[in-house]
Amino acid sequence: MQQAVRLRAAVTLLGRFPALAGVDLDILPGEVVLLKGANGAGKTTLLRLCAGLCVLSDGQAWVLGHDLNTQRQMVRRRVALMGHSTGLYDELSVTENVSFWGRAARASHKEIHDALELLQLTGRLARTRARQLSAGQRRRACFASLLVRRPELWLLDEPHAGLDQQSRDIVDSLVLSAAQDGATVVMASHELERIQKLQPRVVSVAGGMVDPKAVAHAS
Amino acid sequence: MLRDVWLVVGKDLLIEMRARVGINQIVPFAVIVLLLFAFALDTDQAALRTYAPGLFWVTVLLASLLAIGRSFAVDLADGTSDRLLLSGIEPVAAFLGKVIAIAVQLVVLELLLSLGVLLLFDVSVQRFGLLVSAGLVGALGLAVAGTLYGALVAGLGMRESLLPVLLLPVVAPVMLGATRAFQDAFGVAGAQGWAWLGLLVGFAAIYGLFGALSYGTLLEEA
Repeated sequence: MQQAVRLRAAVTLLGRFPALAGVDLDILPGEVVLLKGANGAGKTTLLRLCAGLCVLSDGQAWVLGHDLNTQRQMVRRRVALMGHSTGLYDELSVTENVSFWGRAARASHKEIHDALELLQLTGRLARTRARQLSAGQRRRACFASLLVRRPELWLLDEPHAGLDQQSRDIVDSLVLSAAQDGATVVMASHELERIQKLQPRVVSVAGGMVDPKAVAHAS
Repeated sequence: MLRDVWLVVGKDLLIEMRARVGINQIVPFAVIVLLLFAFALDTDQAALRTYAPGLFWVTVLLASLLAIGRSFAVDLADGTSDRLLLSGIEPVAAFLGKVIAIAVQLVVLELLLSLGVLLLFDVSVQRFGLLVSAGLVGALGLAVAGTLYGALVAGLGMRESLLPVLLLPVVAPVMLGATRAFQDAFGVAGAQGWAWLGLLVGFAAIYGLFGALSYGTLLEEA
């Protein structure tokens, strides 16, 4: 089976600093993977590399069958990355933001509507401008705008941050549902107890390197 | 691709309409600049009429710096630049969409400033077609070059101060061509207005082509 993510001695430099210093990692389609590690370990850079947003300075990397050296554009269309920011335009309403990102990904009106419903972004909240949302509501709107992309690979950086209990449950069910539908989910989180419910494979990241056992487990 | 172009145009214009930065800041700034020119040359009505086209375009150019800077600031806030890269929107479409959105704002600004020039500078329109054509193509030229250089400086520090330094020398042909065309349209000088309009068209075409080819690379660096 072709891996969803296949990294071999992958190096990514941020300036001169090797944020990833030779990562070997295999992730199978449909897997839920938790990246575990201290702040600054390289989790966020690893997620951004998989999204095609970081340059591969050395080594080899394939995501969803595309070579990250030559086909980053192809990768980007098929992944959803939730980082620390939400990617929402402050002056647009929740519906307008989700519609914009959805239409860019050729989502139908129904898919956009369904995503808003699923994230409970309806009624007055749907018409509220992003600048007036709470941090948790922004996060949910961000999720909705990613959901409409129908991604094959979810890359989630601290997906529960800033969410209340109800929203956290929604996110968990979304992640589970995505994995059940065949999507691959890679997430970085410090909330290990909550993540355990999703039964992920845990990959430890430290000093820009991945625990070699992670590769052995996947192959 | 056209669908993506209009998607970006719609998004940018909707944001600008909601934020009202154009109405509350850029238009008042441009009107103040125009008024200051009028005060400075008030004692010499003949000079005011002669220099009206140049003063008009200097004002448009200064205001365009604000509009361009604002347009790129919106796309750098809260991770939207990354989202655009991941969105699937072709860089060419993103470029054309931004160019059209900025050009529309500049045309609206030009309409308001034209009224100001007619009232304050005591000029009359002799060639309406030339005036409209030069106004439209001049705005397009500024938007094309502004979008290209706006993307170039977006990824750099001190972009607010860097944009004017880089852009102003580049758009000198627009200033020259548009001013000459307006002089002819206002009948204040014997310039070959339509020929100067050709320069504006050429500028917009060359920078448009260059921008369409390089915008993707510039966005990667932003």
